[in-house]
Amino acid sequence: MTIHFVVHEEGDAVGTVVVEGVKAGQALTGWIMEQDKTVVVKTLNDIPIGHKIALKELKNGDTVIKYGVDIGRTIAPIKAGEYLHVHNVKTKRW
Amino acid sequence: MDLSNATFWGYRRANGRVGVRNHVIVLPVDDISNAAAEAVANNVKGTLALPHPYGRLQFGADLELHFRTLIGTGANPNVAAVVVIGIEPGWTKRGVDGIAATGKPVEGFSIEHNGDHATIMNASKKAKEFVHYATALHRTEAPLKDLWVSTKCGESDTTSGCGANPTVGNAFDKLYPHGTTLLFGETSEITGGERIVAARCRTPDVKERFMMTFNRYQDMINRWKTSDLSESQPTKGNIAGGLTTIEEKALGNIQKIGKKCLVDGVLDKAETPTGPGLWFMDSSSAAAEMVTLCAAAGYAVHFFPTGQGNVIGNPVLPVIKLCANPKTVRTMAEHMDVDVSGLLRRELTLDQAGDKLLECMFATANGRWTAAEVLGHREFVLTRLFESA
Repeated sequence: MTIHFVVHEEGDAVGTVVVEGVKAGQALTGWIMEQDKTVVVKTLNDIPIGHKIALKELKNGDTVIKYGVDIGRTIAPIKAGEYLHVHNVKTKRW
Repeated sequence: MDLSNATFWGYRRANGRVGVRNHVIVLPVDDISNAAAEAVANNVKGTLALPHPYGRLQFGADLELHFRTLIGTGANPNVAAVVVIGIEPGWTKRGVDGIAATGKPVEGFSIEHNGDHATIMNASKKAKEFVHYATALHRTEAPLKDLWVSTKCGESDTTSGCGANPTVGNAFDKLYPHGTTLLFGETSEITGGERIVAARCRTPDVKERFMMTFNRYQDMINRWKTSDLSESQPTKGNIAGGLTTIEEKALGNIQKIGKKCLVDGVLDKAETPTGPGLWFMDSSSAAAEMVTLCAAAGYAVHFFPTGQGNVIGNPVLPVIKLCANPKTVRTMAEHMDVDVSGLLRRELTLDQAGDKLLECMFATANGRWTAAEVLGHREFVLTRLFESA
């Protein structure tokens, strides 16, 4: 089974795409590493390798969790399956 | 991998440290001595010049760091002997005396009232003697605990945090119980994960020193910043690789200290550890600056995980590159020593990836050149604290 994205642990809001050529509409298989489980999410966008997919719906201003820890805040609402990066998430530091 | 009786073959120096390379270096004290140093290295085969842009009119803590870095590099066990060249005799002697404390052969030459020609001739004669001395030395077997291993990641992306960095963490967790001396740093790149590192400090005193060091660096950034540092930290390359915020980058970064090792102490830049364990060094997160500081602290082998493909090396410290990004290992294969991209396809377990890195570490320690060495990457970059006088 091809793993399209990995998730550090259950409860994380994002997965990291680990294959090239992910296209909008594709059903992606994700591997949750800590719990060694798989999930399937349909992507709404093309996502480059190494970039992130939202696994759940996030409201504007929500905290984004990865590694079970706060990695920043959203600056726009984000749908489950949407591409998540610097256009919709910012640091809480600096 | 059972490391309980593990050994490697290295060069035992007069001060008891064991090196894995046997360089004769020509070390300029200052920028204007680079030409003479490079001429000597050109005359005498088997020597290596370490040119750099600083060393004039520095003062205070910045000058102390300059000498700590130069002397530490000369004192590194991967160096057999050193020719020091400076514009004038005073600071040249300061460099020589610092390196001489290790007991290794070192001699200084100064240019004022001699000129480049006489300096180059005299220094070349000494350098030739040093090459004969160094090439007559033999590797001897040494226990694993005598190998000092540092780490710093670079041009990271999201695959660093789920592949290459946890591989280093796995290797560190395996090395730590055997009395090795390990190092990590990159103070600004802990931002967002500082509480996790603080919780791993062995004693309340170490924790307090770590948090003081971390907060001082934050204050420095807050004093000088003109934005949220996006494109600087994380770098433009990090962002292109999918990293969004400093917090995300930091949480990936700290995977390098594994799950079990404790932080045993905090070091200033280029400061040498006083015992075994895992040390945190206050340091820049820029690759060449940080690796130069690791070499100056006395480290003999370096683990450098990358995601997007940093190409860095160091003149005296072998830099082992590992990568989990399948695109990078394909497009930049010549730079990679250990391919751990199988981790992200579930073809390789973290335990197997850690062993793969350790196998490469032993091969490198025993003499195999790293990709960065073969490709001639010798980045020697001195950290500056403030303006010259």
